[in-house]
Amino acid sequence: MLNLVANNSMVTEHEEVPDRITVGPSGPKPRRTLSRRNIVVYGTLIVVALYYLLPLYVMFMTSLKGMPEIRVGNIFAPPVEITFEPWVKAWAQACTGLNCDGLSRGFWNSVRITVPSVIISIAIASVNGYALANWRFKGADLFFTILIVGAFIPYQVMIYPIVIVLREMGVYGTLTGLIIVHTIFGMPILTLLFRNYFAGLPEELFKAARVDGAGFWTIYLKIMLPMSLPIFVVAMILQVTGIWNDFLFGVVFTRPEYYPMTVQLNNIVNSVQGVKEYNVNMAATLLTGLVPLTIYFISGRLFVRGIAAGAVKG
Amino acid sequence: MTGQTRGSARPNQWLRNLNAKIASIPMILTAVVIFVGGTAWTVLYSFTNSKLLPRLSFVGLDQYERLWAAPRWLVSIENLAIYGFFSLIFSLVIGFVLAALMDQKIRFENTFRTIMLYPFALSFIVTGLVWQWLLNPQYGIQSIVRSLGWTNFNFDPLYNSDIVIYGILIAALWQGTGLVMCLMLAGLRGIDEDIWKAARVDGIPMWKTYVLIIIPMMRGVFITTLVIIASGIVKVYDLVVAQTSGGPGIASEVPAKYVYDYMFQAQNLGQGFAASTMMLVTVAIIIVPWAYLEFGGGRKRA
Repeated sequence: MLNLVANNSMVTEHEEVPDRITVGPSGPKPRRTLSRRNIVVYGTLIVVALYYLLPLYVMFMTSLKGMPEIRVGNIFAPPVEITFEPWVKAWAQACTGLNCDGLSRGFWNSVRITVPSVIISIAIASVNGYALANWRFKGADLFFTILIVGAFIPYQVMIYPIVIVLREMGVYGTLTGLIIVHTIFGMPILTLLFRNYFAGLPEELFKAARVDGAGFWTIYLKIMLPMSLPIFVVAMILQVTGIWNDFLFGVVFTRPEYYPMTVQLNNIVNSVQGVKEYNVNMAATLLTGLVPLTIYFISGRLFVRGIAAGAVKG
Repeated sequence: MTGQTRGSARPNQWLRNLNAKIASIPMILTAVVIFVGGTAWTVLYSFTNSKLLPRLSFVGLDQYERLWAAPRWLVSIENLAIYGFFSLIFSLVIGFVLAALMDQKIRFENTFRTIMLYPFALSFIVTGLVWQWLLNPQYGIQSIVRSLGWTNFNFDPLYNSDIVIYGILIAALWQGTGLVMCLMLAGLRGIDEDIWKAARVDGIPMWKTYVLIIIPMMRGVFITTLVIIASGIVKVYDLVVAQTSGGPGIASEVPAKYVYDYMFQAQNLGQGFAASTMMLVTVAIIIVPWAYLEFGGGRKRA
């Protein structure tokens, strides 16, 4: 809001300037530098924006071309003959090792990994954040600090002990195991997110509910939950994109038949056998990127909020 | 203990705190068993000669000596240093310049931000594969420039072991600068408008205001961004796997990949543990001074 106001006043200032061009040196100077500056500012931003868009454009164009056209043509040129065959092939026929049922398998694996991981991790972290914000007990801060500091430890340090724990539990290599891992590593950032959000809610609400005799779960379900839908959406965006894009955990903690989409994509594109079909590869790459991209473009500002919080996750 | 003593004073307190404690069990388990326990376990076993399975037969610093004598590890460290140095410099500079441009009260700010940030929504695998395609010498940027007349133009970073790490850097910067821009922009927005007015009244040129006044004021934002970028750099793995698989040869290997390969493919756990412990040390060198500054100053407490 403040910015908007400032913005308007700036615009009117600039519009007044032209009348005073001939009056004195103090008048015209800001205008000229400003218009020249505008060219530089917009010019740079447009060039930068084109640079950022280029890979997406090239991916899309390549995925719509036939292989003969790719061999003779230029990657920036739009397709002469549009074909959707690479998309079909990427989805249903592309091979990884002996399996030739395309990326669809990886897609459904990713769905089966992402949905429960997101729900479980958010459920646990939100209740936990609520406990930390409103029902502090002795020692809670210590564990919380360990959790936050632990978020900076490289995953590679903890991978093997987790393999052992999961093996002991009998879930190593299964989707359940991977879901547990995602829940664990989502916990620091989500707990921080929820704790800070709940701590920011007016304390009177909580006190009033307690005076009325509401307990831990009642307050959480009846008061906190309905009041904090935005933060749940932010957490969901954060988790869905994070888990969908994960590669390391997928490759470490699952068997090939459960590989998530990113792992399968990498195997399809970087497998050495056969002729490289760049159009199919790009179609597959776009398909994998489609889920987080859709979330990104739909959620807009909330995504920015999510990553500002999630940036710590690295 | 605490719950019980409090419980005797206020009967209901104990039960309620019990609920909070139950709710915190996953956090406590994660913090103690996985984060502390797992890290301690890995560090401990890095002093053993575990091969296929972890075994507690200590060999002192053997694994570390072998690690620092391994050409592949040295290449990994060198790559990480080059990649880290340039991605820190470039993402901070580019991120800040873009944020400063975005802060000029421009139109379509949201459109520009959406465009600059979308790569961050993509996975490293997708990023790596796209740039593998763009940098393909036969069809990609090199062939385009050659077809425009510069037939001697050479740009094949992914196939040239001397510069392969820069090829990865290009992809990483494409993916990550949008985030840095957003963080910097948030920092710029936090600067009091009066500062700008005062600088304008004093006739200080804009670039000078940025360099001498604004950047020093944004120290906190810079440090936080630095820590975020730096801890991401140490973890770089997926991008390399997707873009080059460590090749050509071992030219683009990185420590995280070394760890993975030794733990899960070469079945030399001891090496993997020693390498991952070195990663931990690297992160600690970055994090500890920052945590000291951040929490020592009591800034986060507010």
